[in-house]
Order: sequence, then structure tokens, then C-alpha cells
Amino acid sequence: MFSDHALSLAIWLPIVGGVVVLFTGGDAHAALARRISLLVALAAFAATLPLYFGFNARSAAMQFEEHRPWVEAFHINYHLGIDGISLLFILLTSFTTLLVVIAGWQVIQQKVAQYMAAFLFMEGLMIGVFSAVDAILFYVFWEAMLIPMFVIIGVWGGPNRVYATMKFFLYTLLGSVLMLVALLYMYLTGGHSFDIPALHALKLGMNEQVLIFIAFFLAFAVKVPMWPVHTWLPDAHVEAPTGGSVVLAAIMLKMGAYGFLRFSLPILPDASHKLAGLMIALSLIAIVYIGLVALVQQDMKKLIAYSSIAHMGFVTLGFFVFNAQGVEGGIIQMVSHGFVSGALFLCVGVLYDRMHSRMINDYGGVANRMPVFAAFMMLFAMANAGLPGTSGFVGEFLVILGSFQVNPWYAFLAATTLISGAAYTLWMYKRVIFGEAANDAVAALKDVSAREMLFLALLALPVLVMGLWPYPFLHVMHASVEHLLQQVAVSKL
Amino acid sequence: MNFVTPDFIPALPEIFVACMACLILIVDLFLSDARRDLSYGLTLLTLGGAALLTLHGYPAAPAHTFNNMFVHDAMSDVVKLAIYGVTFLVLVYSRDYLRVRAMYRGEYFVLALFGVVGMMIMASASHFLTLYLGLELLSLSLYAMVAFQRDSAEATEAAMKYFVLGALASGMLLYGMSMLYGLTGSLEIALVKQQLATVPANNIVLVFGLVFVIVGLAFKLGAVPFHMWIPDVYHGAPTAVTLYVGTAPKLAAFAMLMRLLVGGLQDLAPVWQDMLVIMALLSMAVGNIIAIAQTNIKRMLAYSTISHMGFFLLGILSAGPEGYAAAMFYMLVYTVMSLGGFGMVVLLSREGFEADRLEDYRGLNQRNPWYAFLMLLLMFSMAGVPPTAGFYAKLLVIQSAINAGQVWVAVTAVLLSVIGAYYYLRVVKLMYFDPPVDSAPIVAGREFRVLLGVNALAMVAITPWVGTLIDLCAHAIKSVT
Repeated sequence: MFSDHALSLAIWLPIVGGVVVLFTGGDAHAALARRISLLVALAAFAATLPLYFGFNARSAAMQFEEHRPWVEAFHINYHLGIDGISLLFILLTSFTTLLVVIAGWQVIQQKVAQYMAAFLFMEGLMIGVFSAVDAILFYVFWEAMLIPMFVIIGVWGGPNRVYATMKFFLYTLLGSVLMLVALLYMYLTGGHSFDIPALHALKLGMNEQVLIFIAFFLAFAVKVPMWPVHTWLPDAHVEAPTGGSVVLAAIMLKMGAYGFLRFSLPILPDASHKLAGLMIALSLIAIVYIGLVALVQQDMKKLIAYSSIAHMGFVTLGFFVFNAQGVEGGIIQMVSHGFVSGALFLCVGVLYDRMHSRMINDYGGVANRMPVFAAFMMLFAMANAGLPGTSGFVGEFLVILGSFQVNPWYAFLAATTLISGAAYTLWMYKRVIFGEAANDAVAALKDVSAREMLFLALLALPVLVMGLWPYPFLHVMHASVEHLLQQVAVSKL
Repeated sequence: MNFVTPDFIPALPEIFVACMACLILIVDLFLSDARRDLSYGLTLLTLGGAALLTLHGYPAAPAHTFNNMFVHDAMSDVVKLAIYGVTFLVLVYSRDYLRVRAMYRGEYFVLALFGVVGMMIMASASHFLTLYLGLELLSLSLYAMVAFQRDSAEATEAAMKYFVLGALASGMLLYGMSMLYGLTGSLEIALVKQQLATVPANNIVLVFGLVFVIVGLAFKLGAVPFHMWIPDVYHGAPTAVTLYVGTAPKLAAFAMLMRLLVGGLQDLAPVWQDMLVIMALLSMAVGNIIAIAQTNIKRMLAYSTISHMGFFLLGILSAGPEGYAAAMFYMLVYTVMSLGGFGMVVLLSREGFEADRLEDYRGLNQRNPWYAFLMLLLMFSMAGVPPTAGFYAKLLVIQSAINAGQVWVAVTAVLLSVIGAYYYLRVVKLMYFDPPVDSAPIVAGREFRVLLGVNALAMVAITPWVGTLIDLCAHAIKSVT
């Protein structure tokens, strides 16, 4: 009974919870809104755990499937299901939302109910994206997510928030609408079905494949974001409130990459192979060039934003070398980056809440006053730089291994990130944390509170576990990745 | 001469509403201003009664009467029911607005009801003359309603423009009909269709007739390049009247278009398709781009209407039953959306304050989060962002355009919809991201608040029933094609 509706529960529980939170009303009842949100987020996280433990890792088929007709005249169904690729992202989503609720506990003092509700809505919609098996349902979740994010950045963001949120919304919307046309085109030329597995089986000619690939590419590349359509991300990250940055970096960026795996590769194997060179080139530019751009940033959030783009370059590189190491490395990199970038944004948030500045120059010698914090941030900075023993290493290593099999030069260029990544992350860390206390404000800092300690520790755990023992993460996706690679290997022509 | 009494049963709702309108006109003569609520209540009752009559007579098969001048079929019934519902809401929304501005008078309700009769006749016309009759009955009522606020120079100007341009368009339509009549010797739509089968499509009279008919239709819809009246009339008319002009008549215009283009001229689809493609693209482009420059929300919504008509035409130009059903769905959704949008303008206005500048929406979220949320839903729905009704409507018309082989038209349409998203987002931005400039409390009657809430929430709540609504539209369309 439960497993029949497990996914619906995971999607609708936070959304309904968000509605309840909205009904607590104005800031007079902020404490109540916070408590209900925490309860909902906890329950929603608990609701996603059975998905992992009940998951059959040996099967590549969709599991926990739900199927109900929705718009019968156009064969649109409410069809949910997960495989090994989507499973981890659902857990990541519910986990991250829980952290965001905890992180916003004291920081957000205005329109608390709306803030919490917006994140709970986002959670449901994002889980929807990862579990939709019907293309239109996927699109609905995919776009609907923009609405709460638009409001989150615009209402609780920084000084330039209106510009950033408008750019974010229009940029991503523009990317997505052509995907809709592509989906409709496939529906009409194919078997009049929006079921994603049916689309996988659809016969398509080369020209069609290339055009559809470009339509999908625009949607997914903007979300990832890949160079050169990445420019919305630094703006959005810098202006968004901490929670918004965390969700954006930890989950929303993953959707673009997930889209490549779910749509582009299996539906368009020939176009994927044909355009793989281009995709790899864009990924390598992101890794190398954006890594250098990150080096010169003065703003910590902007630095992490650029580092995210570089890390996501690894992900797309891994996907388009078409082997198991590359794809699995890419997925692991996505999950790891979800934890690490989220953690780094939370660290910046911790500092920002005290100093109201994100500029590296305003800091220095934080370790003198905040040793516990410095230790946590050290771990996350190391993970971001890809130190062995942390989660950041596993993904990067696998992707480099995978790309080496295709072309050693790819591996060489990708591996430069081990230098640039370490350079920009650790240099930032050094300037912010070490040395003498730079000014009076820093000298007056207080170390992390119990609440802050809680969310940092909750993030440190998976970062270490993934780095030391990646098996629980890898084994669930193995069958699905194999299946995907078989699909990509077979030409449709 | 042999006079046969026609069968009145299929036209019962029309007869009922017309009689009630006359009755209210007389009753109202004897009412003091304080008891004007009686006229209001009777008007709402009339709409409810008409809905019951229509539901009761919901046909299994199309019924013709009045020498085949009048048809009663599934499409006419669905359109009529929607018209009653929309008009009902329009009247509830505008009650306080009218009262404050000394427009709460019996004539207003009578004109509204005559407009409803006109729309009903348009929906049920199977003859050029009936169609024209309904159209004029509607138009004349609307002209008078726009001019209803006699001491407003803007409203009078809007009414004059509307009247002159509307008369011109009616003339065009009539001229086109007369050419078709000259060619086929019949004014009955079904017979015209039969006769046209023998006329070659490049016949010069036929082409002229078709072009004039399309011009007339495009004017009534407000498709570019026949859109000029829309911004001026929407802006100049009292908001309560704009609410009426911008909603129910669009449904009637849809029915008229179905009767003429599909009922009568379906065989010429390849010819009118091309014209509709041009009009659809121009409407979407002009509407969405010019709306960005507006500072008045009524004008902005007027341009948004123009762009919506472009999307609506995407469904029609596919020239197939699925496309018509999609267009019908689009029109229904559009009507409800614009009802909510203008309803919100009415809600925020008060004595001596029209709330029609975009500035007036600043900080609405701080003044009243509930109304801001409703407006947010309406704006995202108009922009076509899922999971709102506006998205499903766009999805279906774009699908039918692709189905008709117009892939590039569809691509242009979605790109223009992104441009359009900007100005809807700007309203959300003003409401949510800016501090309020106006702190006056927002007061409204309870029924207004509740119905507006239902109206706006329907934009999202419709989601599980999209399929049912499409089936209803498809069923209605089947009776015409």
C-alpha cells in the first residue's frame, strides 16, 4: 500500500505542508510557521528514506511506479517512477530542504511563513522533476519550480535581487520552452505517447535528432549551467538568500544534468555521439576557463558559484564520454557537489549573518575567533578541491578515469582542475580564515551556535562517508547506468 | 400564405433572458435608488435560470428551428453556459464599483442582459442574418455600457472609438457575407457550405468575401492588425465595463468564428489558414512587445489580450477538430484568467481611485498577502507557466499548430511567450519585491472576495480536471464539424 504511493507522498507531503505553513499567517506567528515547517521537512525526509531502502538495485526498471490517466485525449499521464539515477537526487532534495529550514530558522525574520512555504513547495516540485516518467508531467514540475525560486530570490535576496531574479527566470524559461516544442514534436511524429520510455524507443532520423538535441541542450545547458549560458548563475547565487543559494546549487543545477541522462542521451543516441565533441569542448572550457575566473573573485558567493560551474563541467564531461566510469563519476560528482556546494554556501551564510559582508577582503583570521567553524569549513573546502577521502575526490577521479579511455588529453585538461580547484578554494580559505584578525569586526566574532553546528555536522557526515565508502551511493545506480549506456550505444538510424 | 409557428423550445433560454431583461427594465422604473438591489438580484437570477434551462435542454442531437436560422447544439450550449457564468461573476465583481460611481442603475443590468442575449444568438446562429443580429445586439449594448459613465471624458471617447470602429467592422463582415450570398444564393450557413463546394477556391468574389469575413472576425477578436480599438476601449471604459467587454464577448466571438469559418467555410481552410498564421504571429508579437511599454495595467492587459488572441488563433489555424477543441479550451481559460485579472483591478479600486496604474500594485504582498498571491497565480497563468491553466491552454494550441505542420510558427510562438513573461513578472515584482506606497485597506464584499478567490485558485486547481475539460470541448466541437 505504502510503496504504491511512496512517490506521490514524497511530492505532495511538502506541498500540502507548505500550504499549511502559509495559513499560519503573518510574522506574528513566525515561531509556529517555523515549527510546522521543520516537522513537514522532517516528515518529508522520512518519507523519502523508504525509497532507498526498498529500492531493488539490481533492476534498471522504473520502480515505485504510479500510473494514472490525466489528460486522456492527449495521452498525458500522471506517471511516476524512479530508477537508480533519480533515486539519489530525491534523497538529496529532501535532505537539503531539511537543512535549509534549519538554516533559515533565525536568519529569516520577515515573511517567515512565505519563506518556509516557498522552500517546501520547491521540495515537492523538485522531487516531482526527478520522479516524473511522463514528459509533460516532467515539464510541468520543471517549470513550476521557477515560480517559488523567483519569489525567493526576489523577496529575500540582496540589493540587486530584482535584476538577478528576472534574469534567472527569463533565462531558464527561454531555455525550456524549446524543449516543450521538441517534446510535442516527438509526441506527434511518434506513437502519440509522452511516456519517457516510449520516447526512448522512438525512431528518429539524424536531422530530427540534431534539432531535438539542440532544443534539449538549450533547456538543460542553461540549468546546468554550461559555458557560455552560465551568466545567470553568479547573479542569482550572489543575490539569493543563503537557503536559495543552497537549493540552487545543490539541486536545481543537477536537474539540467539529470535531463541529459533522462532525455538527450537515450532518446538521441546518434546526435549525442555526433555532438559529443562539442559537449566535451564546452565542458572542458567550463572546467579550465571558469576555474580561472573563480580564482579572481572577490565575493565568496560568486567564487563558489563559479566553482559550481566548473564542477558541473566535470559532470557533463563524464556523461559525454559514454562509459560507465564517466557517467557514474558524473552522477557521484553531482551528489557530492550537492553536499559540498550547499555546505560552502551555508558557511558563507554563517559568516554573512555575523558580518553582513561576503567580500573576502573584509575577513581574515576568522579561525582565531571561530575554531569550530574553521574546522568544518576546512573539510568542505578540501572536498571542493577534490581531496582524496572526501566526496569530491570520488567523482572527479572516476570522470578523469572515464575520459582517459576516450582521449588522454581530455583527462589531462580535466585534471588541471585539481590544481585550479585547490588554488581558488584554498586561497579563499586562507584569506578568510587564517592570519591575524583583520579588523575589529572579525575580532568580535562568536563561534557557531548549536543550530549552525547541527547543519554543518549533518553535511560533514555524507561528505566523509561518500569519500571513504562510496559503495552505498554507487551500487544503487549501477544497473541503471549500464542500461542507459546500452541505450546510447544502439544507433536509431 | 402559410404561416407555420416555429418550434420555440430550442430557443427557450434566449427567450427567457430577453423577457427577463424587459421585465427588469419595467420593474426598475418603480424602484428607488435604495432598492436597486432588487434589479441586481433579478439579473443574477435570470442568469441562473437561463443556465438551468440550458442544462435541461442539453441536446443529444443538434436541433434547428426558425427555418434553420437558429441551431441548438452542444457547442452553443457549452458556450452559453460559460457566458452565463462569466457574466454572473462580472456583475458580482462590479457591484461595489458601480455603486460608488453612481452607475448602479437598472439600465446597466438590462444592457448587460441584452448583451447576453446577443451573445447567445451568436452562439446559436446557423444563418448569416441571425449571426449579424446577435452581433449587433451585443455590440450596441457594449457601446452603451462603455459610455455609461456620462461625465467621464475618457469613457465617452472610448465609446466613440469603439462605436465607429465596431460599425466599420460590422460593415466589413456584412459586406463579406453579401458577397458569399451573391455567389451561393443562400444566407444559411449549411447551404452556403454546400454551394461553395462547386466554386473554385480562386474565384475572385469568393476570395473577397472570405477576406472581408475574416477582417470582421479579427476585429471582434482583436487580432492584429485589427486590434487598435482594444487598448483604447479597455483603458477608457470604467473598469467594471472593461471586465465585461474583455471576457464574455470573446466566447461569443469564438462561437461566431466557429460558425463562419468551420461551419461555413471549412472547405476553404487552406486559404484562410495562411491569413490566420500571419494574424496569429503579428498578434503575439505586437501584443507581447507593446505590453512591455505600458504603465497602465488596463492597457497592459489589453495588449496581453491581443497576444492571447494570437495564441488562440494557433488552435484555429490547424483546421482540425483537435485544434478547434484546443482553441475553445484556450478561450475558456483566457476568459476566466482575464476575469480574474480585471477583477483584481476592480477590487483594488475605491472611491476616486482606479488602481489602474502598475505603480498601484507596489507592495501588495505587504498590504494583503492573500490578494497578492491570487494576482501572482493569475499573472503566472497569463504568462503560461505551469502548473497553471494558462500553461495547459498554451500547450494544447501549440501542439495543434505543430500537428498542422506549423513547427516554426510554434517555435516563434513559444519564444514570444517568453518575451511576454517579462511584463507579467513585472507585476509580480511590484507586488512582492517593492515596498508599498499606498496603505489604504482593501475592502470588498464577501461574495466578491470569495468568488475572486475561487476564480484565481481555479488557475491551479483545474490541473487534475484538464482532461475532463478538453473532452467537454472536443464533444462540443464535434457538433459543429
